[in-house]
Amino acid sequence: MLFDFANVLVFMALGAGFVGVSLLIGRFLRPYNPQARKLSTYECGEPASGSAWVNFNMRFYIVALIFIIFEVEIAFVFPVAATFRRWVEGGQGIFAFVEILLFVGILFLGLVYAWAKGDLEWVKKIKS
Amino acid sequence: MQPLLNSLPETVFTTKVDDLLNWGRKSSQWYMLFGLACCAIELMQTGGPRADVDRFGCVPRATPRQSDLMIVAGTLTYKMAKRTKLLYDQMPDPKYVISMGSCANCGGLFQLAYSVCKGVDKIIPVDVYVPGCPPRPEALTEGLMRIQEKMMRERWLVRQPAAAEAPVGA
Amino acid sequence: MDPNLRVDPQAVVEVCRYLRDEPDLKFEILSDLTGLDLPKENKIQVVYHIYSYSHRHQIVLKVDLPRENPQLSTMEGVWKVANWLEREAFDLFGIVFEGHTDLRRILLPEDWVGHPLRKDYVEQEEYDGISTQRAPLVEKLLR
Repeated sequence: MLFDFANVLVFMALGAGFVGVSLLIGRFLRPYNPQARKLSTYECGEPASGSAWVNFNMRFYIVALIFIIFEVEIAFVFPVAATFRRWVEGGQGIFAFVEILLFVGILFLGLVYAWAKGDLEWVKKIKS
Repeated sequence: MQPLLNSLPETVFTTKVDDLLNWGRKSSQWYMLFGLACCAIELMQTGGPRADVDRFGCVPRATPRQSDLMIVAGTLTYKMAKRTKLLYDQMPDPKYVISMGSCANCGGLFQLAYSVCKGVDKIIPVDVYVPGCPPRPEALTEGLMRIQEKMMRERWLVRQPAAAEAPVGA
Repeated sequence: MDPNLRVDPQAVVEVCRYLRDEPDLKFEILSDLTGLDLPKENKIQVVYHIYSYSHRHQIVLKVDLPRENPQLSTMEGVWKVANWLEREAFDLFGIVFEGHTDLRRILLPEDWVGHPLRKDYVEQEEYDGISTQRAPLVEKLLR
């Protein structure tokens, strides 16, 4: 079983080596002519003005957060689904089912809350 | 910074490697969409389905950072000239310029005007001039073929006797 | 040719406001505002083309200004589009519109010298380091 992990290690080394060797060859074979104007920030031909660090809309963070929560939920449901047959054969199918249903149910309540608060709307309407 | 470039003797191996590099470059000329006026329509059609340049590997890029060919298609005005120069400077080496149409070659139809720059070569160095008003897609494709020939003549690893600097679009 | 009216420079804003508001006339749109340089009669003429959507009629107003110092009140209060049209007239003719909120060049670059559509416009030798010289054959045509 330990040998299987060596497989993964070889794959990772080959992948990293492939990328590294390509970049190395490129580094020695390409022209290198840095100039101030060439390195200046691109703004469609105009000289760049203002800072690029702007405030982002909160909706990106909220969408990412909700995605992570439900992604992790899916990740937790997978082992239960994979070993469900063994639990049923052991006579404890109902126990496993109810437990996973509770888990999904609690997170579903969270989804309902986010939905009702309007956090899933991308374009929010202003109540004037 | 580049110990391999312009330093090796001219053997079969080094010239073949140079040819390989040039073949890779000429088969993937990514051009910057610099359509200023009516020639831009013909430029779009050259990239379109009928006179396809994508079969030669030429894909349009909107940004100078990812392009190695700048096709100046259309009339250049003095107001645009400063921005054109900055965009040309922001392209990475090795870079080439095709001047497409009469207006980019010499000011074209609008040479008498007060605001038209009489040719894009007053600002940036041009490699291939494609005449026409506007040039047919076949003519622009011929221009791309000439750039391909120019690319194949360049030497990277092989030491160049006359020009001391890197063999970039000289 | 459209029927045209000669209007006094002092009265033109009031006339245009009347033309816009009067229910029988109702000229909602200023289609165009251009200039005309007449050096022989020593005047610059400002031409207004106005059009009515509801009554489908149009008319042309012409205002004469002295050539040395062409000044006129702005039409921005009557039609908002006059903002850009007057900027264009200023850019190409040098007509100064009093009361305009943002009178600066619109078509030519900010540091351009001269007003090109005047008949006595002399082109500058070079702009921004770029020579404005044409090919010799073209220069001959220009004469």
